[in-house]
Amino acid sequence: MNIKADFPTLIEELDYGTPESKAQKQVTLIVDGRSISVPEGTSIMRAAMEGGVEIPKLCATDMLDSFGSCRVCLVEIEGRGGTPASCTTPVGEGMVVRTQSERLDAIRRGVMELYVSDHPTGWNEKAGTGASEFDVVAKSVGLTENRFGIEGRNHVKQENGVAPGHGSLAVDYIARDESNPYFTYDPAQCIVCSRCVRACEEVQGTFALTIEGRGFESRMVAGMHEDFIASECVSCGACVQACPTDALREKTVLEKGMPERSAVTTCAYCGVGCSFKAEVKGDEVIRMMPYKDGKANHGHSCVKGRFAYGYATHKDRILSPMIREKVSDPWREVSWEEAIAYTAKEFRRIQYQYGRTSIGGITSSRCTNEETYLVQKLVRQGFRNNNVDTCARVCHSPTGYGLGQTYGTSAGTQDFDSVEFTDVAVIIGANPVSAHPVFASRLKKRLRQGAKLIVLDPRRTEMVKSAHVEANYHLPLKPGTNVAVLTSLAHVIVTEGLFDEAFIRERCDWTEFQDWASFVALPENSPETVGKLSGVDPELIRGAARLYAKGGNGAIYYGLGVTEHSQGSTTVMAIANLAMATGNIGRPGVGVNPLRGQNNVQGSCDMGSFPHELPGYRHISGEAVRDIYETLWGVKLDDEPGLRIPNMLDAAVDGSFKGIYIQGEDILQSDPDTKHVAAGLAAMECVVVHDLFLNETANYAHVFLPGSTFLEKDGTFTNAERRINMVRKVLEPKARYADWEATQELARAIGLDWNYQHPSEIMDEIAKTTPSFAGVSFDLLDRVGSVQWPCNEKAPLGTPIMHIDSFVRGKGKFIRTEYVATDERTGPRFPLLLTTGRILSQYNVGAQTRRTENVMWHSEDRLEIHPHDAENRGLRDGDWVRLTSRSGETTLRALITDRVSPGVVYTTFHHPDTQANVITTDFSDWATNCPEYKVTAVQVGASNGPSDWQRDYDEQARNSRRIAPLQAAE
Amino acid sequence: MTMQPASTEIASRIAAIVQELKDLEGPLLPILHGIQEEFGHVPHDVLPVIADGLNLSRAEVHGVVTFYHDFRAKPAGRHVLKLCQAEACQSMGSDAVAAKIKQLLGIGFHETTRDGSVTLEPVYCLGLCACSPSAMLDGEVIGRLDDEKIEEIVAEVRS
Repeated sequence: MNIKADFPTLIEELDYGTPESKAQKQVTLIVDGRSISVPEGTSIMRAAMEGGVEIPKLCATDMLDSFGSCRVCLVEIEGRGGTPASCTTPVGEGMVVRTQSERLDAIRRGVMELYVSDHPTGWNEKAGTGASEFDVVAKSVGLTENRFGIEGRNHVKQENGVAPGHGSLAVDYIARDESNPYFTYDPAQCIVCSRCVRACEEVQGTFALTIEGRGFESRMVAGMHEDFIASECVSCGACVQACPTDALREKTVLEKGMPERSAVTTCAYCGVGCSFKAEVKGDEVIRMMPYKDGKANHGHSCVKGRFAYGYATHKDRILSPMIREKVSDPWREVSWEEAIAYTAKEFRRIQYQYGRTSIGGITSSRCTNEETYLVQKLVRQGFRNNNVDTCARVCHSPTGYGLGQTYGTSAGTQDFDSVEFTDVAVIIGANPVSAHPVFASRLKKRLRQGAKLIVLDPRRTEMVKSAHVEANYHLPLKPGTNVAVLTSLAHVIVTEGLFDEAFIRERCDWTEFQDWASFVALPENSPETVGKLSGVDPELIRGAARLYAKGGNGAIYYGLGVTEHSQGSTTVMAIANLAMATGNIGRPGVGVNPLRGQNNVQGSCDMGSFPHELPGYRHISGEAVRDIYETLWGVKLDDEPGLRIPNMLDAAVDGSFKGIYIQGEDILQSDPDTKHVAAGLAAMECVVVHDLFLNETANYAHVFLPGSTFLEKDGTFTNAERRINMVRKVLEPKARYADWEATQELARAIGLDWNYQHPSEIMDEIAKTTPSFAGVSFDLLDRVGSVQWPCNEKAPLGTPIMHIDSFVRGKGKFIRTEYVATDERTGPRFPLLLTTGRILSQYNVGAQTRRTENVMWHSEDRLEIHPHDAENRGLRDGDWVRLTSRSGETTLRALITDRVSPGVVYTTFHHPDTQANVITTDFSDWATNCPEYKVTAVQVGASNGPSDWQRDYDEQARNSRRIAPLQAAE
Repeated sequence: MTMQPASTEIASRIAAIVQELKDLEGPLLPILHGIQEEFGHVPHDVLPVIADGLNLSRAEVHGVVTFYHDFRAKPAGRHVLKLCQAEACQSMGSDAVAAKIKQLLGIGFHETTRDGSVTLEPVYCLGLCACSPSAMLDGEVIGRLDDEKIEEIVAEVRS
């Protein structure tokens, strides 16, 4: 579909009523005189719609399996008696169907009349939005009378003596449920079609809704007749999207009316990269509606993408550039021109005074590919060095390294659709239910169809056990023992002869395999030995290995629990080894799939954000690659890799690194060992923060450039499946410039001749210089929606699945993965292991989600601790506790739960006052410096309030956020 | 609705029932029957225990429990009297029978007398249409209700 940048109308997606049939065989039938061919198994309703005939419907929608309860979609079929429901009746060869007749009209009108008699505030009174499907159907069937009155017993009257909503006798009025911050449930409008209940079950997989009672007493309720907010509901919005009436409706729509225009764009939260229609009225986003043609999400969403966009208009957003000489000064609001000129002057001064390599930049995984490309270009072409790094350093850099070494490419091997063909899913160090919810919903659907599940995680996450999910094997390994356990799985596969010899001989280097096999077969890698050090029952390791190797299509999904370790890269290689050894690579349903944390972390890595790589993962030392850019940019490029983030900070403390341009990343909160980061920033002379908010890093900044949200710019994001999705501007930048424009201004100010009129021109430059992006253009993306790189002559529409016939590097490479215990060990002073993670409603450092109503679900970070460890320390649930490591200490409140094993504690890092990274150490991955967030030896004890550091920090933060009042104009 | 926290004793007994029956095919109904048999009702606040044991959501268990009128959330009286209110019985005067019994017992449908002697409930067909109007007292069916039988029933439940 071609959507123009100026989008004057609301995009209406067709609803075919029932899901697509995947059958090969075509069936031809006649509907209202038209001949229509559809795949076998298609419903009459869908076939009619595909032929352009819309049959009225209420309980059917193409996101859900057909249900057949509303009795509105009836049709007549020649040669058959009665009036079957078109949603539940499959097409047959030669069938002749009539969707309109006097009899059908009368039946439909009668059914609708009964509905409206029990639906008193809808129909012709235009209550709610007046634009619901129900209203439309009432109109289309020509409903003009209602002989039954509107005093519906279910909906308006409150019977004397029976408490509202009391058990199975709920035959009376139920008050509106306004408890969810984003949508309202008005039971009076409900027609009990079960679409919401089915959406919660089939699409989201949470099963939080049900129909209570039976017959005339049936009511839709959340949980056990609870408020939505108190129920199991995770606020994904699927029920609201499914509701054909105004019973479930976004509060923004009820308050402000229906949106008027929309554009398809890509969510700016996690690496799933869901497509949404951003629906706008005036200059305000009314709602984000999941887009059914979105290849990553197929019309589904989570609470963040669907509802948590309020940060874009939050009062904390800074809309004017600001500068200050010293970080102890208050901020001074200045014009863009002054801020850019000041920055350029400072950067030039610093380079003159301290040398060419004394400044650098950090690209953002939150910004678009085009913006990221420009920042690294600014550093390489303008700063004339390679001191550019990105936040992927602290999350998935080991993925890049590990998969690059073994397979030859730094990305996941599959598309998300692949999960529909998976027989055994292995989840390692990831909790998709919290961090990648839309993917989790798709995985859970596959599990309900019978796929098996293996989970390696120190915690008993929702993937281990929740409604309709139960892992076949949960290996609750001790944090830091990933490599040992994965190598032990390989031990079982090799010693029990479960490997796929034909695949290995054809696709991998057999000698390397033999070397690897002899290594993993060593007794020190046996489950019995590894079980002792990892705390995992050896039988579980054996069972899991057998299941993965022989259970059909095996797919591995992993997260930061794999990478953020001192052996993160080794763990990635161990995963790659397992997939190769079992032949689980190169077809649908298998593969190695990193679940990337941020919307564009894949893209920021692709775009040459690392100090040693130009776009497309090409090493900076390669002359031919440098040539391409040197010719285009007209400068000589430094052939030595530049500094990584931790090296920049070290160099700053040493006095040789003095200025930095940080776009959209809060390194002070997200990077390890906060005190060291603070010291590094404090030692610099010009810190430029380009962000939406005065984040924690900005406490140490001299220049603040206001950023733009994803709603305010054009560009592309690349998700975890290498899919390049369009981001489309629906609002003008609130602070005048989209981020790419601000970077361009800065580049011009330091003397570069940049003249991009639109991000599409930046993508054209990327395509021209990067072989894996050669075929990508905004035109192509407008035409086909999205593509997965590599996208070039060989694959003009992209590459959903990689390594199909051979690995990118040629032969797959087996690499020995020797377990080396981290230097971070528990001992008498620090007897517990701290590991960190996320929660569903919050995102990363929380800069965005904390500025939305999502705080209703998670207003503070808590420390999860096992009852046994809590009891030893005399702690009760909710107590303030002091968390101490070798690096520092902080305080937070305890949450006592057996989701963590004894000896392990867990917390999230969404709130800056928690300062979880004051605790984490500066140990990091041996290959990539990815910090070891997931293992810190700690002690926990009772506390009566915030630590000294938290108090000092709080004061410093308050001070440094002062903005001087504007001088009155003379 | 106010939810009483399940006492640990009840919760552990419920967990035991769940454990015992969970491997049956379609274990939820047998479990609910088992609980009602033992406790005389299915306490609302034990539903999460069942849900957890069967890997279902609370909502699903709630939906099933409320679908079946026979599962009660509160203990019934010592006797349970069910009056058929379905079509055949209605045509044979079940309305009048119900009115009379309500008056004699001083309670309406879904209520229990203050002394806890009897709970009165409507039921929709006991399969005894040939002997309408009909009732069921503590599991025993009674056909062809008339004034005399009504008096007898009331006397029995009052005793």
